[in-house]
Amino acid sequence: MRPLTPRRILGMCGLLCVVLFVAVVIALRMGAYPISISDIVMTLFNGVLGRKEQIPSEFWLVVFGLRLPRIALAILVGAALSTAGAGYQALLRNPLADPYVLGISSGAALGAIVSLIVAPHTPGAIQLAAFVGAMVTTAVVYFLGRRGGQLDSPTLLLAGIVAASFLSAIIMFLMTTLSGRDLRGMAFWLMGDLSTPSSIDSRWLYIVLIVAIGCIYTTSSDLNLILTGEQEARHLGVNVNRVKLVVYVAASLLTGLAVSVSGAIGYVGLLVPHVMRMLFGTDYRLLIPASAIGGAIAIVIADTLARTVVQPTELPVGAMTALAGAPVFIYLMRRGVR
Amino acid sequence: MRSASQHGSPAASQAIVSGSIQRAHVKVEQATYAYAATDRSAPTFTLGPITFEAQQHELIAILGPNASGKSTLLKLLAGLVKPLSGRVEVGGSEASQLDLRARAQRIALVAQESELLFPLRVWEYVLQGRYPYGRRLRFESDEDCLLAGNALAQVGADALRDRWMDRLSGGEKQRVILARALAQQPSLLLLDEPTQHLDIGGKVELLRRLRRLAEENRNTVIVVTHELNLAAEFSDRILLVHKGKPLRMGVPAEVYQQDLLEEVFEAPLDVDLRPNGRPRVMVRSNH
Repeated sequence: MRPLTPRRILGMCGLLCVVLFVAVVIALRMGAYPISISDIVMTLFNGVLGRKEQIPSEFWLVVFGLRLPRIALAILVGAALSTAGAGYQALLRNPLADPYVLGISSGAALGAIVSLIVAPHTPGAIQLAAFVGAMVTTAVVYFLGRRGGQLDSPTLLLAGIVAASFLSAIIMFLMTTLSGRDLRGMAFWLMGDLSTPSSIDSRWLYIVLIVAIGCIYTTSSDLNLILTGEQEARHLGVNVNRVKLVVYVAASLLTGLAVSVSGAIGYVGLLVPHVMRMLFGTDYRLLIPASAIGGAIAIVIADTLARTVVQPTELPVGAMTALAGAPVFIYLMRRGVR
Repeated sequence: MRSASQHGSPAASQAIVSGSIQRAHVKVEQATYAYAATDRSAPTFTLGPITFEAQQHELIAILGPNASGKSTLLKLLAGLVKPLSGRVEVGGSEASQLDLRARAQRIALVAQESELLFPLRVWEYVLQGRYPYGRRLRFESDEDCLLAGNALAQVGADALRDRWMDRLSGGEKQRVILARALAQQPSLLLLDEPTQHLDIGGKVELLRRLRRLAEENRNTVIVVTHELNLAAEFSDRILLVHKGKPLRMGVPAEVYQQDLLEEVFEAPLDVDLRPNGRPRVMVRSNH
């Protein structure tokens, strides 16, 4: 019997951070302008210490001006979607739950597009609208997924698929009827795309990300019990309704945040928590931070591939995650819960 | 309904310790509950009023046909629902008014289990029973591990601790679920049809274990069951409920009256008294 300790959590997360750092360095190296690993490490090192004058200006531009902001966005989106996925899996008691599969990302995307039409220049409006879109879609899918007063796994997934296709149809309708929009850009954005920089100061996005992940983390002991059954959790003293509300709001916020900057990137929220479970077990006290860092690693790698495999053009990152995620989804579905 | 203390059951007589009468651990006074289709419609099912007391060390079986209100009564005792009128007290406090964690430290309910979403080891499952004793985001202490280990030992499931929950047999799983309830260190242990998926050997073993727990841990154990003979053999007292009404409470020999049981269970039954004073029920066949 070896229960989870804070030291073990820190150790595992430290290990994942090292992997993330390696992924970031490799991602910084890949691209049209050649730059060696040692130059990247030197540039990063001097940049962190604030010694800008010691870095050649082209290195500074490539690393800090072009590649790092995009990688930072990839980290944000990956962490947000994976944590949201782990949260939804517990909240909906469904191992196949994922913001994309359940149509929640589409709801957030619709919210974002409506805000672009209604209030195109209001800072933060996209994020807020995407959050509201995610909240409403989660609630609708949750109620459609119930049969006889109980959440039913296949019905829930079907409700999510129907919601996703319905919302995508509305998005298509809005996009084609609005003249003067960049249709290819929007189609890219719908597939998930990190090439467009965020419209608001990204520091706010990181603050929201950390607060929302922190909120879900405070419920991690409770989620462990809810995973064994809601009634049983109640008998053990868990305030199930409060926990569900916290996870519902925070996971919707994370989905809205990710979609508002990168569009609907699929399967990360499904894939990453499952891989982390295989590596570290099912305890949410470790699973939440591990999923956040693991999600960041996954999107950094996926985005690097997306912008390098078909050079000089690039793929939407959502296409890369779907290529890896869809077969895994089928595998998990056919294998059952385990 | 007659009060329990009049019958002089073994547990009731044990309650008189060194001349002073021990307070009843569980006290149900005129408790009622009702279900309705909607808030405004007339109730479709009414339970009670029910009055009874239970002492520590006592094992009580609640018997009755399906839909007689047994599980609802168990929910009232667990404090999961508030009685419409009357009181349900456990250890001097009203069960439904207790803070969630305080209640889980006092009352453990073993109900029909949901399917596990992700695989879990036996010891992880049993450690969950320590949840009510921690603050949010706590990590399990050495004491928690010790108590979880003791709980597993007490149900004879020591060897199972590293097994996966979903790879256990019905009997093994039932023991582990019981161990998690024991890790809560409750004073009142409630079980809802715990023998349902067990073979006869498993049923006897479980009831024997509950009997021992009541005696060793000073628990009050209340079991809802359909097993008439096992209840007669192992419980101190029986509460017979029918259509939401408590019909009789007392030692098994007093409750197991042939005409009463035949009327309640709507089956031809014979009841005889064994040499140990406990009754035995058999189905009367016309062949």
